[in-house]
Amino acid sequence: MTTETADTTPPELQRVGGWRAVAVKEIADHLLSGRFVVLMGVLGIATAAAVFAASGGIRDVAPNAQGITALFLKLFTVTVDPVPFPLIVFVGFLAPLLGIMFGFDAVSGERSQGTLPRLLSQPIHRDEVILGKFVAGLTVVAIMLTALVLFVSGIGVFRLGVVPSPTEISRLAVWLVFAIIYVGFWQALATLSSVLAKRASTSAMIPIGVWLVLTLFGSFLFGAVAGILSPRDGSQTAEIAYLRTTQTVSQLSPVTLFQQGSSVLLDPEVRTVGLVTVEQVDRAIVSELNLTQSLAVVWPQIAILVALTSVMFALAYVAFMRDEVRA
Amino acid sequence: MSTTIRSKGLTKTYGEHNVVDRLDLEIEAGEVFGLLGPNGAGKTTTILMLLGLVQPTKGTIKVLGLDPRRYPLEVKRHVGYLPDAVGFYDTMTGRQNLRVTARLNGLDDFEGHIDSLLELVGLADAADQAAGEYSRGMKQRLGVADALVKSPSVLILDEPTTAIDPEGVVEMLALIQRLAKEEKVTVLLASHLLHQVQTVCDRVAIFVHGKVVAQGTPHELAAVDKGTKVRVEFRLGGDPTAARANLESLSNVSDVETGRVPGSWVAELEAGSLPATVSGLVAKGADVIGVHRLDEDLETIYRRYFEVQEEVSA
Repeated sequence: MTTETADTTPPELQRVGGWRAVAVKEIADHLLSGRFVVLMGVLGIATAAAVFAASGGIRDVAPNAQGITALFLKLFTVTVDPVPFPLIVFVGFLAPLLGIMFGFDAVSGERSQGTLPRLLSQPIHRDEVILGKFVAGLTVVAIMLTALVLFVSGIGVFRLGVVPSPTEISRLAVWLVFAIIYVGFWQALATLSSVLAKRASTSAMIPIGVWLVLTLFGSFLFGAVAGILSPRDGSQTAEIAYLRTTQTVSQLSPVTLFQQGSSVLLDPEVRTVGLVTVEQVDRAIVSELNLTQSLAVVWPQIAILVALTSVMFALAYVAFMRDEVRA
Repeated sequence: MSTTIRSKGLTKTYGEHNVVDRLDLEIEAGEVFGLLGPNGAGKTTTILMLLGLVQPTKGTIKVLGLDPRRYPLEVKRHVGYLPDAVGFYDTMTGRQNLRVTARLNGLDDFEGHIDSLLELVGLADAADQAAGEYSRGMKQRLGVADALVKSPSVLILDEPTTAIDPEGVVEMLALIQRLAKEEKVTVLLASHLLHQVQTVCDRVAIFVHGKVVAQGTPHELAAVDKGTKVRVEFRLGGDPTAARANLESLSNVSDVETGRVPGSWVAELEAGSLPATVSGLVAKGADVIGVHRLDEDLETIYRRYFEVQEEVSA
């Protein structure tokens, strides 16, 4: 008979699969899922269109252009008809969708299939479930984005005949990590929503709503908030204060952070993301920043984005830990 | 024998409602223990507390000598659980689903084990079919295999026979008994289906509104609380109104109610008066087709407790 007062010594527990086992299963699921094929197809086609247009445009002007370095990176940042926006804007627009797609049914899917009690009754910690799922989603996103960048680079080399320089490659690598963190924010948001919402469809609507609002109505929203914080009275100082506030407020949005960060990381000629007056650029010499300098310019953007992603994941984590097994 | 599952004063409160109310359980090793109660009696909550998935409000639990709150992983390593309305990953096959469970348990070299489990629950032929195509009953059987993947020493089954056809129920119950006898697995079986619990369980606790109202072997429970009255079901031929009037006119008979089928009546009799009652009925010219004592099985007790509870809640 066991005694009532003390636990018997627990048997030596071998360190079991834990979050890795969850992650492996999830990655296999994602890679075989229809949504992966669809997303990859949409991204692939759109990217191909954008990069062919861009490379064509660059080819037309390249013979006359003197002293343009980082020509290769222009593939990602140049706007050429008929594609209305450069590739990075396009990625910035669609990347959240990747995160949402791989996060929205993380927990709600388990719940609706009735697999959550079974999963949680296995000898793994609860946090390993959410961590494994998050890591799995991000891994798949990383695979997709890396493939995308390599794809663009391949077309670029082929169409432009320009080989990327080591600096350009490191800029691309840094940008890739930045983009994955950005997708991580949306995936964490979608995961949080999947813990809170009882049904997968509801859980998809919340992050998609946030995404649309921030992307489509972002500037209006930030302007409105800035107008309250720093009212405009027609004077020049008030106007500048208002613009500064707008800038600050907009930097709370991951969408803005990603756009600003991308433009600096992928274009050595961009020297600031802040407000610049005509006087400040008057007779400035066009010159390029090296990667370290570019990083220094967007360090705040990177730091805030990492912070936002971490906070969002922490919220999802806490929500899941407090979630009742019985739905 | 040692105690495998023990709870003392176990209580879970949601808001002001005690879902589980001061529950004391003692389940011995190798025993098949039935937790019998209607839906919403707190059976699932109790099970989740045993697994450390729900925090008790009050009271203590020991599973295999361990507190699930302090050692949830160790407890879950040795306790196989078949949840109520078990679900599987629909796009994966039955076999793949079991593999996931095996990996989560840190097992390696598990293919042979999984094969034998699929054989055991009769799913060897359907093993490579997507689990989404399984019928409810097949999922239930896969659930049993899934709970056995970790070779548990305790098996907790929550409503294992719902949605299974009658033949499947017999097989499932035989399987449960076999596991208990041959593999020395301790089984906790939660169900609202009296007859099944009665056939396989060594001991039964009747659980209503979070409280155990009776506990013991099915035989003991049947013997308890007989008092001076026995419940008897009469099947009488001829005109129903006349048959009922005949029955009610006898001095030993009280509380006549309509039975489960037309032409049957359930009545309370003074203990020991059954032969006199039957001869009285015959003397009155009643067509006695059948007589059945109801307090031989658990149903009477079960129903009596439920009736009491309904009166309380009404």
